[in-house]
Amino acid sequence: MAADTAPSRPEPSRPTPPRLRRAGRSGGGEQALLLLVLAYVAFTTLWPLAKLFAAALQPGEDGSPLGLMAEVLASRATARALWGTLATSGLSVVLSTVLGVGLAFAVGLIRLRGRTALVFLILTPLLIPSQTMALAWIELAGANSPILGALGLAPPPGTANPLYSVSGIALVMGVEHMPLVFLATRAALRAVPADLVEAARVIGVPGPRIAVGIVLPLVAPSILAGALLAFTAAIGNFGVPALLGIPGRVSVLTTLIYQRLNGFGPSAAGQVAVLALIMAALVGLALALRGLALRRLAAPLPAGRPLEPTRSSPVGEIVLWLVVAMIAVVPLAALVMTALLPAVGVRFGAETASLAQFAAVIANAAVRRAFANSLLLALACAGIAVAVSVPFAYLVARRPGRLVRALDLVVEAPWVIPGTVVALGMILAFLPPLPVLGVSLYGTLAILLVAYLARFLPLVLRPVTAAAQTADPSLEEAARIVGAGLPRRLAFIFLPGVLPAAVAGALLVVMTALNELTLSALLWSSGHETIGVMVFALQYEGNSTAAAAVAVLSTALLFGLCALANAGARWLPDRILPWRQ
Amino acid sequence: MPHLVARNLTKSFDGVRAVDQVSFAIPDGAFLALLGPSGCGKTTLLRMIAGLEDPDAGELLFDDVAVAGPRGTLPPEARRLGMVFQSYALWPHMTVRGNIEFGLKVQKLPAAERRRRIEEVLEVVGLSGHAARRPHELSGGQRQRVALARSLALRPGLILLDEPLANLDAHLRETMLAEFRRIHSMTGATFVFVTHDQEEAMAVATHVAVMNRGRLEQVGTPEDLYRRPQTESVARFIGRGRTLPVEVMASQDGLCTIALAGGVLKVAGLAPPGPGWLCFHASDLSRAPQRGPFAGEVVNQLFQNGVYATELAPLGVDVETVSLALPERLAPGTRIEVGLSGGWVIARAPSAAPALTGAAARSSA
Repeated sequence: MAADTAPSRPEPSRPTPPRLRRAGRSGGGEQALLLLVLAYVAFTTLWPLAKLFAAALQPGEDGSPLGLMAEVLASRATARALWGTLATSGLSVVLSTVLGVGLAFAVGLIRLRGRTALVFLILTPLLIPSQTMALAWIELAGANSPILGALGLAPPPGTANPLYSVSGIALVMGVEHMPLVFLATRAALRAVPADLVEAARVIGVPGPRIAVGIVLPLVAPSILAGALLAFTAAIGNFGVPALLGIPGRVSVLTTLIYQRLNGFGPSAAGQVAVLALIMAALVGLALALRGLALRRLAAPLPAGRPLEPTRSSPVGEIVLWLVVAMIAVVPLAALVMTALLPAVGVRFGAETASLAQFAAVIANAAVRRAFANSLLLALACAGIAVAVSVPFAYLVARRPGRLVRALDLVVEAPWVIPGTVVALGMILAFLPPLPVLGVSLYGTLAILLVAYLARFLPLVLRPVTAAAQTADPSLEEAARIVGAGLPRRLAFIFLPGVLPAAVAGALLVVMTALNELTLSALLWSSGHETIGVMVFALQYEGNSTAAAAVAVLSTALLFGLCALANAGARWLPDRILPWRQ
Repeated sequence: MPHLVARNLTKSFDGVRAVDQVSFAIPDGAFLALLGPSGCGKTTLLRMIAGLEDPDAGELLFDDVAVAGPRGTLPPEARRLGMVFQSYALWPHMTVRGNIEFGLKVQKLPAAERRRRIEEVLEVVGLSGHAARRPHELSGGQRQRVALARSLALRPGLILLDEPLANLDAHLRETMLAEFRRIHSMTGATFVFVTHDQEEAMAVATHVAVMNRGRLEQVGTPEDLYRRPQTESVARFIGRGRTLPVEVMASQDGLCTIALAGGVLKVAGLAPPGPGWLCFHASDLSRAPQRGPFAGEVVNQLFQNGVYATELAPLGVDVETVSLALPERLAPGTRIEVGLSGGWVIARAPSAAPALTGAAARSSA
C-alpha cells in the first residue's frame, strides 16, 4: 500500500511524483477480494449446480439428445412420486395457511398476555427439525401413544400408524410449515396502518366486517406469498416423508431420489438428477409466482401507526393457547414420554419411566460421534460463513458491480431449492477426485461441510449485507482519508459495524445445521454421521425409543441455543430472531 | 506557488454532468468555500479532491504534482489530507481517543508521539478530558469537534469539510464558524469547505467558488463576488442581488457609460459596449431628493428591522419590481425618484432579448 511506504510525517510538499492507479478501476485489494469470493462461490455452488444440469441433460442410453430426461419423465415411478409430492404439498399448504393466518390474526388483533412466549411456541414447528417433528407426531398418533393411550384414544395395537399416509404427511408438514405463513401474515398485519381500521370503525363497520373486508384484502398478497413459500418448503421436505412415507409406501420426489441413490449408488445419479430438476422447476415456479404476488397484487400502504390489538377476548385467548398446545407442546410431550420408556412397546407410567434410554444413547459411540460431528460441522460452517460473508457483504454494499450482484443472487439458490437437489449436485461434483489434489471429498466430513456452506451461507450473508447497506459509507471513507488500506478498513471499521448481524446469522446457522437431515442423509458415510442421520437410522431400525431420546437431546441443545440468543438479543440487530419481532 | 489546481475537471453520473469542466487555482493556506445550491456538484468536486471519486476527464494537482489525471489517480489513502464529513463519520465502536489514534497508528507513529498529538488536537478543539467518551455520548457540536480533531492530528496540508455545519443549530453554527477560522489561521493548512449557505461561505472563506449546475461560475474573494460578479447568476445569487437590463454605450478605465430608463449614467464595470446587466443590491438604492437614474412606484411595504422594506415598480425599465429600504411609510402608488450608489456592469449575452431576460429575471426573483 502506498500509504504504508510513504514517510510517516506528512509534508506539505511532495518532491517525488506519487504512484498512481488507473482511473475508473477499483483498487487491487478489492479485485483480489472479488476473485476470492468468486472462487468460493464457484467451488461451493456454481460447479455442483452445473454438474447437476449436465447430468440431467445427458443423452439417453440410445444416444438421443436429452434421452435420459425423456426416459425418466416417462417412467411410472416418476409420475407416482410427482403426484405424491404435489398431493402432500398441496394439502399441507391448505393446513399451513388456515393455521398460520388464523394464528396471525389472533395474535395481531387480540390483546394477549405472554405474547413473546406464545409466538415462540407458534414458531417451534419451524425451529425443530422435521425428523424430530415427524417422530413426535408418530409417537403421538401411534398405537403405543403415551398420551392417546392414557386417554383411551390410541389406535388398537397392531394397526398401522394413521400418519403413514398422504394425509398424515400433509398434516405434519402443514404444521411444520405453518410458521412461514404466520410470519408473512404477521409482518403484513403490522404494516397495516391503524387509521385505516379506525376510519372503518368511525363509520360504524362492525369488527368482523373490518377484519374480512378491510384487513384481509390488504394482507392477502402476503398470505399468498407465505403460502407459496410453505409450498416450496413442502416440496423440498425430506424428514417428514422419509419417516412417514417410506413405511406408509407414499412416494414423493425427495424420498424417491434417496431410495434410488441408496439402492443403486452413484450410477443412478443421472436419473435422479432429472428428478431433482423437476423439483427445482416446481420450486422456481412457486417462487416466481410469489414474486408476482408481492409485486403485482400488493397495494402500497401509507406509513402510519401500526395496528395494535385493542380488545381482549378471554375465550379467544383460551382457544389460541389450546391450538398452540396441540401443535407445539403435545407432540413434543409424546416424544419426551417415549424417550423415557425403557423399551419399545412398554406402556408409559410412573413405574416404567426411566432415564435408561438417555443413558444408553449417551453410552453409544455412534451417537456420541454424531453429536461431535454435527457440532463440529455447525460451528465450522458458521465460522466460515461469517468469514466469507463479511468481505462478500462489503463488495455488495460498497462496490456493487454486475458480477457482484450476480454472485449475490446465485448464492441464494442452494437455500431456496430443495436440499436433496443440493446434495445431489455435491455428489456429482465431488465424487470424482478433485482436479489437482487427486482426492475425493465423497466419504469424508468435508463434503458435508461444503454442502452446508453452500446451503446456509444466505443465513449469514443476508443480515450482514443488510447491516452493511444501512451503515454510513462515510465511516469507511473517513478511514481511507487517514490512510487505512483495505485489509485494515475491513478489520477495524467494516467488521465492527456488521459484527452483531454476523453473530446473529452464525447463531441461525448453528441452530439449523446442528439438526440438518436432508443433505446429511445423502452425503453421510460411516464414521461421519450427523444427529439427523442418527435419529433417522434409529427410527428406521425400529428402535423408536432410542430415536426419541436422541431427538429430545438434540432439541434440548437447540432450545439451549435459542435461550442463549434470547439472552443476547439486546446486542443483536432488530428482527433477526424470528420470535422477537 | 498555487497549492491546489484543477484543470477541466469533469465527472458524470448516469450521463448527467455533475461536475463540468471545472478549473481553478487556489494558493497555499487559502480557505476556499465551494458554494452553490444543492445538486450543483460541489460535493462531487470535493470528493474528487479527496480521491473518493475519480474524474472522467481533467486534471487535479497538489503542489504541481498530478493526483488525478490522464495518467491515473492517487487513491485517498495516499493523498494525506484531512476530511470532515457531513455526518462526521466518527467510528461508533471507538472512543474519541480511538478515533483520533486510528489514523496515527495507520501512519505508524510511535506511541509517545501519538499520545502527544491526541492531547494537542483535543486541546485545539477544546475537548481535553473527553478522550475516553464514545461518539454517542457527545453532543452534535462536540462530535463536530472530534471529527475536526481527527483530521488535524495527521497535520495534513489540506483539509476538506463537507457541509460540516448542516447538522448543527444556528447558535452552534456561528461558534463553529469562528472555530474554523481560528484553527485555519493556527494551522496554516489549506481548507476547502462545501456549503450551500452563502453567509457561512462569505463569513469564513478567503476565496469563494460559486457553482451552478456543475459549472464553476466564479472564484474570488467574498468582496469580489459581492461587488464585482462576473455572471448574471452570481450577481443574483450573492446577497440577493438584482440585475437590470441596460445598454452599455461606452467603457473606459473601469467605468461604463450606460443607458437606463431614458437617462445616462456612469457605473463601475468592465463590460464592452452593447447589451449589459446593471448589478446591484438593495443597499445600493436609496430615495433621491431630486431626479435620480430612474423612478418607480411603491407597490408594497413591509416593516422589517426598523426600516420599510419597499417593493418598487421601476418606470421605463423592463423588470417587475426592485427592493430598497426606506425610512418612512408611503402609500402604494407613490412615485419616488431612486438614487444608485455603487453597482457593477457586466456584459449580457446579445442573443438574450431584453423582454425575455426580463421574464427570466421575474421568475428567478
